Amino acid sequence: MKTKPRFRLLPMPLHSLILFVVWLLLNNTVAPGHIVLGGFLALTIPLLTSGMQNTQPGFRKPLATLRYVLMVIGDIIVANFEVAMLVLGSSKKLSPAFIAVPLNIEHELPITILASTVSLTPGTVSAEISADKKWLYVHVLNLTDKDELIASIKQRYEQPLMEIFEC
Amino acid sequence: MLSTAILIVSVLVCVSLALNLWRLLKGPSRPDRILALDTMYINSIALIILFGISSSTSLYFEAALLIAMLGFVSTAAMCKYILRGDLIE
Amino acid sequence: MEFWIELVVSVFLVAGGIFVLIGSIGLAKLPDFYTRLHGPTKATTLGMGCLLIASMILATYQQGYLSVHELLITLFLLITAPVTAHMLAKTAMHHELEILDRTSGKELSKRARERMNP
Repeated sequence: MKTKPRFRLLPMPLHSLILFVVWLLLNNTVAPGHIVLGGFLALTIPLLTSGMQNTQPGFRKPLATLRYVLMVIGDIIVANFEVAMLVLGSSKKLSPAFIAVPLNIEHELPITILASTVSLTPGTVSAEISADKKWLYVHVLNLTDKDELIASIKQRYEQPLMEIFEC
Repeated sequence: MLSTAILIVSVLVCVSLALNLWRLLKGPSRPDRILALDTMYINSIALIILFGISSSTSLYFEAALLIAMLGFVSTAAMCKYILRGDLIE
Repeated sequence: MEFWIELVVSVFLVAGGIFVLIGSIGLAKLPDFYTRLHGPTKATTLGMGCLLIASMILATYQQGYLSVHELLITLFLLITAPVTAHMLAKTAMHHELEILDRTSGKELSKRARERMNP
């Protein structure tokens, strides 16, 4: 017989925080009534849904996470200027390519974040992941140097993520 | 100046909607059409936001948010449908 | 309205409009499906971000208190754009869409379709 898990008031603290912030953002207010209602929702929804949760490695380092987010936002802006140039230039000059990037990180959440980051940054879209989660297939809009691109993805995005999730 | 900017941007967004429509009609494949439809969803959010700015009300925010969510869900559902031929497995 | 707020809002609006247009030009003009995927996922997302920031600045100025709920749409689009792109790429591979001839590593797409290692 399965033992009943110990009751915890905040089974998913991060989710509670996100729910609370999103509630206040949706109503665009910090009125006391909405703080109470948002707090109530942030407490009860995780209690009701925690049974569906599958364990993922958590964000261990808030500062590193913040740095990663800022770096990705900067890269997105740079990426857009690059893609804009490529799109507006002659499409005959493009050299698109499929490449396979070997992955060192293991769990689902870090891989999802890495794939999303790759999709949002310079000229790359993640297309598929191999069944054993060891390879990420990426489509590149304009490939100049394959090894350099793979190295830059690994060093620029995968390294910080491994640091954040400690895996 | 602001009303001129809003006018210019509305024209830009409408031109991009027309380009998307062209891609939607031309195809050639089904994923192409889905991509065009998804981009049209996002551009229509842009138009709604612009209308909200020009009439200086935040009432249209909810509409924009709903369209964003419905757009994503419908794109995901259509991808799933032509990927598997079935939505609920 | 103060001149500089109008200026900042207008610049953001026009930048957003131009990015949205570039995304659609990419969608209309690029040669095969996988390259077309790049336009909407990146340019349109940033374009929408610019438009929503402009709307945020203007609403904050007009209402006199900080109005940040447009951030929700930006955040939502940022999260969903890669997911959409990934699903579409998956679908395209499944249907073996035509890949541009000069694409290097074309054979990788067949391996990817079966989700095998390269």
